[in-house]
Amino acid sequence: MQVNRRQILLSGTFLWLFAVGGTTLVALTEYSTSAAITENERQLLLRNLYALLPRNSLDNDIAADSVELPAAALLGTDDASTAYRARLAGEPVAVVFNSIARNGYSGRIHLLVGVYVDGSLAGVRVVKHAETPGLGDAIEIRKSPWIKSFDGKSLDNPDTAGWRVKRDGGEFDQFTGATITPRAVVGAVHATLLYYQQNADMIFD
Amino acid sequence: MTTRREITHNGLWNSNVALVQLLGLCPLLAVTSTVINGLGLGIATLITLVLSNSMVSLIRGFVRNEVRLPVFVLIIASVVTIVELTIKALFYDLYLVLGIFIPLIVTNCAIIGRAEGFASRNAVGPAALDGLMMGLGFLIALLILGGLREIIGFGTLFAHAELMFGDDAKSLMIEIHPDYPGFLLAVLPPGAFFGLALLIIVKNWLDLRRPAPQPQPLEAAADSA
Repeated sequence: MQVNRRQILLSGTFLWLFAVGGTTLVALTEYSTSAAITENERQLLLRNLYALLPRNSLDNDIAADSVELPAAALLGTDDASTAYRARLAGEPVAVVFNSIARNGYSGRIHLLVGVYVDGSLAGVRVVKHAETPGLGDAIEIRKSPWIKSFDGKSLDNPDTAGWRVKRDGGEFDQFTGATITPRAVVGAVHATLLYYQQNADMIFD
Repeated sequence: MTTRREITHNGLWNSNVALVQLLGLCPLLAVTSTVINGLGLGIATLITLVLSNSMVSLIRGFVRNEVRLPVFVLIIASVVTIVELTIKALFYDLYLVLGIFIPLIVTNCAIIGRAEGFASRNAVGPAALDGLMMGLGFLIALLILGGLREIIGFGTLFAHAELMFGDDAKSLMIEIHPDYPGFLLAVLPPGAFFGLALLIIVKNWLDLRRPAPQPQPLEAAADSA
């Protein structure tokens, strides 16, 4: 009995030592890489934001000038989401929303939607999606320029009936073999514009 | 004792992780849509194998038998997390592509398999070499499968090399034919299975064509068991 307990204790201590050792190593690595990782994430965000808004159109630190928006059906969000505000000499220029198209072919499509203060679109980019490679993934800018067809569009241009893919009688192209994906993106962008129209005051305080 | 020659031959060919042991198939099949993705995951796995094998071998003298496996898992998990954080800090774009598959290296049975089957019974030198060669064998299989699928699926080779080597590497991309329409099946998961099957066929065919090996693999088989 006594021997057994001793062995159990020894084994337990041994395992514990390794847990402490392993955790220490991971913590040290985390400590020494966290600054670089945060900076990488910031650079990626800036790269995405500047893809929508020309650099000379704003002069604030857009990545830091963010506002938390509560969950909203029009944005497709279940939780609070972050929107980034662009300003030039203190005056609002545009806002970039994180919106979600919930009815993609394979789940949700995460979008960055840039809207100028006058309600026209600065641009749209797909951040994350799981659409079929070769068919639905033409929503990515590196696969196809389709996503640029939103540039300059607004709630009046085209009118509500035009905010659909061509197959549904609207203005936006679908892809060969994939209608569901572009339909979801067009719907989400339109909803985001509606959200902006209803909440513009709140966004820029 | 296994000689260096045998360790090398086992890792690269006889007990190749991907083609013979068929371990680590989840990342193997999921990531190899292009050469560069395969290279990224292959290098991450190789580093993990060398580090975990060396550490397991170092502690093999005093690790208690009852807690052997949990300790190995702890070591492997720590190493993988460190590799992941390092990739995230140095090659963030590649991290975005490989994403979930780096943490999944922990579940690659090849790694615990080598720790238990080889590193825990051999000195540090052979254990590290075994990790290197097993990792290389896996890496080469990833590269060939990635190349195969990329050529057939996209009609390119070395696309998105800038993810690993910076913007200058964009020029590395080879386009087979500018109007190649692409072949979706090769990019989708079934293409990965077909590709892997093809590689295994080629390997077995090569093995069959060679004259029967000298009567030494008994020891090699015991080592890789």
